[in-house]
Amino acid sequence: MFKTIKRIAAIGIVTEAAPPVDPQLCVREILQKRIRALLGRALCIRHVDAGSCNGCELEVHALNNPIYNIEGLGIKFVASPRHADLLLVTGPVASNMRVALQRTYEAMPDPKMVVAIGDCGCTGGIFGESYASCGRVSNVIAVNVAVPGCPPSPTRILQGILTAIA
Amino acid sequence: MPVRLWWDLAAPATQAAGMRRLTVDAATWVRAAEEFAAADAHLLALWVARAPNQEGFLIRAAFVAAGAGLILELPIADCDPPYPGLEPFFPAASRMQRAAYDLWGLRATDPDRRPWLRHAAWPEDQYPLRNPAVMAAGTGISEAYRFVRVAGDGVHEIPVGPVHAGIIEPGHFRFSIVGEKVLRLEEHLGYVHKGIERRFTDFPILEGHRLAARVSGDCAVAYAWAYCQALEGMVGMRVPARADWLRALCLELERIANHLGDLGALGNDAGFAFGLAQFSRLKEHLLRANEAAFGQRYLFDTVVPGGLHADLSQSGAHTLGDFLSRLAPEVESLRDIYDEHGGVRDRFVGAGRVAPELAARLGLIGFAGRASARGLDVRIDFPCAPYTDLALRRVTRTAGDVAARVAVRFDEVQESCRLSLHILKSLPSSVHRVECPPPVQGAFGTGLIEGWRGPIFLALEAGAAGAISRCHPHDPSWQNWPVLEHAIIGNIVPDFPLINKSFNLSYSGHDL
Ligand code: SF4
Repeated sequence: MFKTIKRIAAIGIVTEAAPPVDPQLCVREILQKRIRALLGRALCIRHVDAGSCNGCELEVHALNNPIYNIEGLGIKFVASPRHADLLLVTGPVASNMRVALQRTYEAMPDPKMVVAIGDCGCTGGIFGESYASCGRVSNVIAVNVAVPGCPPSPTRILQGILTAIA
Repeated sequence: MPVRLWWDLAAPATQAAGMRRLTVDAATWVRAAEEFAAADAHLLALWVARAPNQEGFLIRAAFVAAGAGLILELPIADCDPPYPGLEPFFPAASRMQRAAYDLWGLRATDPDRRPWLRHAAWPEDQYPLRNPAVMAAGTGISEAYRFVRVAGDGVHEIPVGPVHAGIIEPGHFRFSIVGEKVLRLEEHLGYVHKGIERRFTDFPILEGHRLAARVSGDCAVAYAWAYCQALEGMVGMRVPARADWLRALCLELERIANHLGDLGALGNDAGFAFGLAQFSRLKEHLLRANEAAFGQRYLFDTVVPGGLHADLSQSGAHTLGDFLSRLAPEVESLRDIYDEHGGVRDRFVGAGRVAPELAARLGLIGFAGRASARGLDVRIDFPCAPYTDLALRRVTRTAGDVAARVAVRFDEVQESCRLSLHILKSLPSSVHRVECPPPVQGAFGTGLIEGWRGPIFLALEAGAAGAISRCHPHDPSWQNWPVLEHAIIGNIVPDFPLINKSFNLSYSGHDL
């Protein structure tokens, strides 16, 4: 126990400042400013991997580390779409995941936002469209913010999320 | 007849790796597989390719035993009866055969005829790798999948997924339980099947490494290297020594990053959030050191045909060396904290046990295999340059539980740090890349690299005019997913996330 506490004290707080919003990431607004202001930053996110290579998940994961410390901003990942305000989607939409993605989206209460992550989420990326891939996320559900990159850095992903609620 | 004798019979598959190819008839196919299983060889992969004359097909199976890698090829035509399945000797073959049927329409004698990668996204009687015209047409849901039912007093089922309650990949788990105790787990995967094997044929062969790196993003280096090894083997080229060493450095960095991430998550799953905070901080620093050294946090496009995308600069080497020499003692002190924490020990010890006999029977592979006394490490047993010159210590345990897999990961982090620091000190000074010429049509090559999860195997065939005619990447998760079903038996449901994480198998690498 002593070692644990000593270590926590020795390392201190490592969290860095959050990045500014980037309006260029915005592809489609649905929420009115008034509602967004009401929501503030108390945001609940549900993540769905619709067919990614797992690279984007690793960078989404990083948002929870003490350096990006997304919870420190009032934003947290939740286990159920019923609790979520924002759907974060990684990957192209694999045909085998299309229905699961649609159902997750439908299970979320209104108003809701969607952020597509990575080149795959934005355009279908390296996997494109095929017998097994529906390509970009907006081919299946409406997307508000799209963050390119393969994978995008945690800072870019955070920027995308903050842009959605700015 | 030991594996080595079969190997002596066979023709070299490629100039580079010591992998050989042997064409066999159905009876020899069965006899060889039986003998390999008896000799404790590992099944690396089973896949289908078109026969070179474009008439008929080849069922291929790759095996590895210490120092000998062998590919058996069984020619087969559409009118033939089902080919002999290898699942009696290598249980993991069953899903590979089911996937091969979904993609090619060729049946094995395996009694399990349920679809595996095909849900309902494309028509049942169409086979996307055989016919490039197959397009998505169905709904993609497969609620009709026939799970094995467990009956009895008080038994009920918990269906989980495909969308899970965390930031992880999708798949379906069906638990049959009594009270909290798991009687049976059945996995249903294939949700992230996105047609990677067919997609490869859209790429020029000199650019396929980019797609290979994205088969499973957490093994980007291992897949890209396996791809380049196959390609460079086809054209009979050797990359400069510096490139070999830098590739090994990248591979070890990838291993460290993944182990760090999982060690943190495992602490968290055992209710010790401190572990997650500490390890995820260390992982972030490693990724930043990667970026300083190679320009990328995850080394997706670092390994390229002919060598490395960019050389490691003096300052990059310095940043990495500096970080790694601080990392090793930090991880060691966190290990002490894990070891001394009663709550963590209580959750780790005895959970998700795969006894060595079971691991051998089911063919557990990779670091999880090494935690159950299965020694195979391709870096030692089937080494390519520069591992031939590096004295790597084999890490094994025998308990086969979560604690053993954690111990192997801790040891491997230390060993990879040691190796990386050694590489940084002794980097040969040569160019980092030479040009790789395109292979001739019909050339065949294989790559085999010990990724952090286990051996990544890749088979590549060249088409006309610098195209890819066939590429089959194979993830060790194929072998280990079925073992997870056994590891959970008798454990309680709340321990599943912990046990699952201790393996951390790939969905994307498996579903393709
Ligand atoms: S954008 Fe890149 S990292 Fe993200 S899922 Fe696609 S291939 Fe993987």
